Amino acid sequence: MHKESGTGHSVVGELQAHFGEDAFVLQATKDDVPTLWVAREKLLDVLRFLRNVPKPYVMLYDLSAIDERLRTHRQGLPDSDFTVFYHLLSIERNSDIRIKVALSADSLKLPTALAIWPNANWYEREVWDLFGIVFEGHPHLTRLLMPPTWQGHPLRKDYPARATEFDPFMLDAAKQDAEQEALRFNPEEWGMKRGNNEEDFMFLNLGPNHPSAHGAFRIVLQLDGEEIVDCVPDIGYHHRGAEKMAERQSWHSYIPYTDRIDYLGGVMNNLPYVLSVEKLAGIEVPDRVKTIRVMMSEFFRIANHLLFLGTYIQDIGGMTPIFFMFTDRQKAYDVIEAITGFRMHPAWFRIGGVAHDLPKGWDRLVRQFVDWMPKRLDEYVKAALKNSILKARTINVAQYNTEEALAWGVTGPGLRATGVEYDLRKARPYSGFENFEFEVPIAHNGDAYDRCMVRVEEMRQSLRIIRQCLDNMPAGPYKADHPLTCPPPKERTLKDIDTLINHFLGVSWGPIMPAGETSQLIEATKGINSYYLTSDGSTMSYRTRIRTPSFTHLQQIPSVIRGSMIPDLIAYLASIDFVMADVDR
Amino acid sequence: MSWLTPEVTAILLGVVKAIVILLVVVISAALLSWVERRLLGLWQDRYGPNRVGPFGAFQLGADMLKMFFKEDWTPPFVDKLTFWLAPAIAMSALLISFAIIPITPTWGISDLNIGILLFFAMAGIAVYAVMFAGWSSNNKYSLLGGLRSAAQTVAYEVFMGLSVMGVVAVAGSFNMRDIVAAQTHVWFIIPQFFGFVTFAIAGVAVAHRSPFDYPEAEQELAAGYHTEYSGLKWGMFFVGEYVGVVLVSALLVTLFLGGWHGPFLPPIVWFLLKTGFFIMMFILLRAALPRPRYDQMMDAGWKVCLPLTLVNLVITGAVVLLHSGAAHAG
Repeated sequence: MHKESGTGHSVVGELQAHFGEDAFVLQATKDDVPTLWVAREKLLDVLRFLRNVPKPYVMLYDLSAIDERLRTHRQGLPDSDFTVFYHLLSIERNSDIRIKVALSADSLKLPTALAIWPNANWYEREVWDLFGIVFEGHPHLTRLLMPPTWQGHPLRKDYPARATEFDPFMLDAAKQDAEQEALRFNPEEWGMKRGNNEEDFMFLNLGPNHPSAHGAFRIVLQLDGEEIVDCVPDIGYHHRGAEKMAERQSWHSYIPYTDRIDYLGGVMNNLPYVLSVEKLAGIEVPDRVKTIRVMMSEFFRIANHLLFLGTYIQDIGGMTPIFFMFTDRQKAYDVIEAITGFRMHPAWFRIGGVAHDLPKGWDRLVRQFVDWMPKRLDEYVKAALKNSILKARTINVAQYNTEEALAWGVTGPGLRATGVEYDLRKARPYSGFENFEFEVPIAHNGDAYDRCMVRVEEMRQSLRIIRQCLDNMPAGPYKADHPLTCPPPKERTLKDIDTLINHFLGVSWGPIMPAGETSQLIEATKGINSYYLTSDGSTMSYRTRIRTPSFTHLQQIPSVIRGSMIPDLIAYLASIDFVMADVDR
Repeated sequence: MSWLTPEVTAILLGVVKAIVILLVVVISAALLSWVERRLLGLWQDRYGPNRVGPFGAFQLGADMLKMFFKEDWTPPFVDKLTFWLAPAIAMSALLISFAIIPITPTWGISDLNIGILLFFAMAGIAVYAVMFAGWSSNNKYSLLGGLRSAAQTVAYEVFMGLSVMGVVAVAGSFNMRDIVAAQTHVWFIIPQFFGFVTFAIAGVAVAHRSPFDYPEAEQELAAGYHTEYSGLKWGMFFVGEYVGVVLVSALLVTLFLGGWHGPFLPPIVWFLLKTGFFIMMFILLRAALPRPRYDQMMDAGWKVCLPLTLVNLVITGAVVLLHSGAAHAG
């Protein structure tokens, strides 16, 4: 079923026709993304060609790197110490392409792609921060996720991953002062003026500790009165090295870490990870598993959107609705807890299945919830969202159009609010979404109000999907009958020695995934989330790249909010629906 | 006991009344923090404070104990004099205005012939609390809160004064007792409805209550002008806010709802009932509404409320003149 990657895609032909067949090395991957290696000299030409080709690759979906120095299974690939990859997405083609560049350790340099996609900015800073690869021409190649004083590049393979490999951490007063001083904002570094002829600007630190910053997010505002002249978002305060940890955890034991990426998304985070691992393993899961996964993911979409809606109204100054939404959210968690045994981070999906079968009586609980919710949603729209003050605060505030959204890599409700009907559940169905009837809500104004209304409608559609799961839950096993399923089915373990050995290894070391690369994109709560896994034929991932939607959404902020006022920024932040764990990973 | 002349007795009685009213106001203002939390809890589908005493009613005592014994901290980077002055103004300015409120025909502190003007003066001074706090704190959020307060004050004080002038014209006096007496038959809320609406809006702004709580606007400015305050000084801002709520409610009652007038029940009960009603409305307003952007609020102040009060004043003046002309002719 894994066809030779790339051959089925017309873009490869277009590229070869333009640049010649020798310009590329095609790599077979286990996902359906054509993956081509190009020489560093041709990189910008190729990227520019793809950006301007008919039906263009409008979005720089992801950009990161791999330290290849310890990788053993790389037959047929160009020699490389560090590989930078560009994952591009075309809405019109509804397909992706991955461009890779090989770099040798003595020349870790690349030209910046900033002129082609503005959101290359943070991605390139992240790659420099974590791998030490220089992007020439980048205007501000500084630390992004790590503190400004950090030494070393943590995602390199020779950088230790355990605390015991470091000297004990000490923070004395002098060091604390130095760290704080390093965080002081210096406007000149960002090409900002401290004032003009008539007045001085105020530079205001909004965050990293602020009621409306939705986590440890800092944004430095250059203010003229209360008008935002310019701003600089600063992230990294919630960075926990999730990608590095993936290289020290077994394929199975990494699942709980994924829950905490978008910490409001629960099992929705497990989904792209387990789907990717299953592609590596070649596992086809039973229909019951698919349907259970869809149902639980949609439950978390509703729980997430309810919290979004509550905090959104609260940030605009309405203090009451959030309490009602917490009530609803608790009802969703009651069902989730009964089924998974946990509320926010169940870590409940497994490689090749889910942790347990649905408990007895699950259908009654689910039905209660889907009967309860619709009336409440109607009430919220009527009582809170049609309020004229709320509308005055959000309509035409923090507006951006489709073109800008795509250029900045915006996905999810933020993109659909500009009128693009692009939802991966419809566009590239996974986990059986092709069997469900639902609509993709869109809006056209692309402002803070539309982003909210799209999410409210999404909750209704999610309820519709859950109801279909409820009415049509397939019978069958909750785990695939496959040797790499983890934990493996236990029924036959005590009957034959081969299964017993396999079970023992799978549970103790963890399963060994075949070497290869794959990825899976899903429509997560906040936009498109994906895991790009590189296996070197081991019990642990060689490289796990987590692409999260919130990262790019925050990067877009300055371009949208310049010239607005502080309360508009607050409404905008609320309408993005981000959590910092999803940004910093 | 020759010094106990009737004059001295009257003065002593006045002082005692004033002290009683002061204590009642301060205590009820402080108690409002509990009332508000319970009511918000009721409307927001949750409990609110219900642990200390019956229905959590002793919560106030616990809060006060905590506040009194908390370190009275003054950050090293503030301007000390104005930093200390601000909470004192916040609590006292509006408290002094209670002097003019006629509670019942026999209770009340002062029968000033400029009554309502004293309130405007005090409301003007109360703004200095926010501006001093905002400026002296040496904190950017505080400063923005202070700036907003200054801008907001200019916007609402103009029409707040004008909104009451209709009442003054009809009653023919600035004296609060005369104004109440003029409402024996018809409460001013009926002939002066627009005056009532605009005064109520301005009143919310005077008390810095949601949805016009711009100077603090938690979601935007963290705690705004009182970011750097803690302990008892913060407590004075806190109580000052509730004093404002009680005062504006009492003024609404006196100016537009006939003060102590009402059938069957004794005057004091009527006064308390009406005042209590407006206090509830303050809290309900906070529970129900989001906050407009502050330039939107100022737009509304200048472009809607101000013209409305002017038109109201012109019409009232015309009616009063017409009436007195007719009386002369008659």
